[in-house]
Amino acid sequence: MAMTQPSPQSGPRLSMRTRRAIWVWAFLALPVLFYSVIRFYPTIDAFRLSFTNWNLLSPPEYVGVQNYRDMFASAEFWQVFRNTFAYLIIGTPISLLLSFTVAYFLDRIRFGHGFLRALYFLPYITTASAMGWVWRWFYQPAPTGVINSVLGSLGMGQLDFLRSTTWALPSIMVTAIWAGLGFQIIILMAGLRSIPQTYYEAARIDGVGEFAILRKITLPLLKPTTVFLVVFSSIGFLRIFDQVYNMTTNDPGGPLGSTKPLVLMIYQTAFNSYQMGAAAAQTVVLFTILLAISLLQLWILRTR
Amino acid sequence: MAAIDTPASRPLTMTRIRPGRILAWTVLFIGGVLMITPILFMFSTSLKTAGQIYDLRLIPQSPTLANYVKVLTEGQFLRWFLNSAFVAICVTLSNVFFDSLVGYTLAKFRFRGRQLVFIAILSTLMIPTEMLVIPWYIMSANLGWLDSYWGIMFPGMMTAFGTFLMKQFFETVPDDFIEAARMDGLNEFTIWWRIAMPLVTPALSALAIFTFLGNWTAFFWPLISTTSKELYTLPVGLTSFAVEQAIQWEMIMTGAAIATIPTLIVFLVLQRYIVRGVMLAGLKG
Repeated sequence: MAMTQPSPQSGPRLSMRTRRAIWVWAFLALPVLFYSVIRFYPTIDAFRLSFTNWNLLSPPEYVGVQNYRDMFASAEFWQVFRNTFAYLIIGTPISLLLSFTVAYFLDRIRFGHGFLRALYFLPYITTASAMGWVWRWFYQPAPTGVINSVLGSLGMGQLDFLRSTTWALPSIMVTAIWAGLGFQIIILMAGLRSIPQTYYEAARIDGVGEFAILRKITLPLLKPTTVFLVVFSSIGFLRIFDQVYNMTTNDPGGPLGSTKPLVLMIYQTAFNSYQMGAAAAQTVVLFTILLAISLLQLWILRTR
Repeated sequence: MAAIDTPASRPLTMTRIRPGRILAWTVLFIGGVLMITPILFMFSTSLKTAGQIYDLRLIPQSPTLANYVKVLTEGQFLRWFLNSAFVAICVTLSNVFFDSLVGYTLAKFRFRGRQLVFIAILSTLMIPTEMLVIPWYIMSANLGWLDSYWGIMFPGMMTAFGTFLMKQFFETVPDDFIEAARMDGLNEFTIWWRIAMPLVTPALSALAIFTFLGNWTAFFWPLISTTSKELYTLPVGLTSFAVEQAIQWEMIMTGAAIATIPTLIVFLVLQRYIVRGVMLAGLKG
């Protein structure tokens, strides 16, 4: 590292201020370069590419907003758009409700607290692609699949799970909710702990019931945590890919595109069809949605 | 921070065990066991032979490590395992170094352009990776970075999230420490490395754990940037292996188990730090 050499310090003529400025920019030189070349330039490049038609072989050709027009006119895009929002709109509330219920009760338990917490947290650190295959195996028809075998032994009907256009998306969503639950529980428990105990004690002395305490004290004071988790979880569902890709490798996003999210469409457009311009336009749509959600979060927390 | 981890330190409001508590505990326990059921079944099946996989008992009748031997000797899992470890370790070292260097600089120096640099770095949090992969791919193709370790690693060498986290923590380091070190004639790099860094080890360990786990499980970019099997990371290799195995679920579960075991070990050893790190990261973020 060039920075370790004391050269900037040895010049006695340099003022303290100048010397420090030299250190600062020596520290920041590589990072500034990195963020410019690996973050900002590609962002601009993605916007620029979205106005071109490019298959990587012949030079890119400027086509104006044609990619966007084609995208918004295609039935596939709207199906993917609906799928993506189905993951988000169903997945986020369910996972929040589950994680809040667990966090609320787990927070009050002292016996075996760490052990129970570990059970819930463990799935969060697993590899999504590996667990995608485990869940895929769970969802197989009997006698292979665990769930259908249990249903069968209980004398109940079989479920098609990943082979059904209706149930494939919820089945994959369950895997994603399962994987993210532990994180939300930990964050919610930290949020619950940050509420001063005196509030609860005062309410109990006044004879306020547990449910009223939950509604009047816990939930309002937990709002910043909840807003953070809603946004975090929404962004996660908007960017869902690993689980879908691994659970539907024989027909990615299938059956009949019923599970395909935006990121999988981007992947296929760019790296299976090599339509770089069209794929870039799709990434711009993803960017816009994510930006809107982030701005919404800032706005909600500001008007608090 | 300690208060978060020790529920026992909270004021005792219960003097006797209520039946409601026992019910809540039991329900939470059942839920927790359900949560790890997929992981348990994955290990259980990886210890079974092809003929036994329809026997859905959780404890295999005659457990065998034959699948592991087969997967590790016939497949390229060992290679993928080492690839993943190498990539994850390099990216983690880079993040621990650069994110904290930049975080320190932004927290402890006053200079022209400081606010601009901070906002510029922070604004990259808004840019989704998925938007960058196409330009990264083109860049890699032009520079010959496809199918190389550097090609897998370069996008993650620094992160805005890590920088932000470290900046928050360096702000808690008293300026007096730094001034005293300057009086002693230490240069700015040494002050950062020897004086400031040891004071933020909890944040550093959180950053290191997250960067490592994030890169160990990373799938999207390694899938795009590598085409030759020798360079696959474990998640990508596992996918290609599982596709080849088709319905040999005991082999697929063995592969999945091999990918999961290191994260389990990391979790069991560092559980306290990981949970604390999630809280730090989540509350700061």
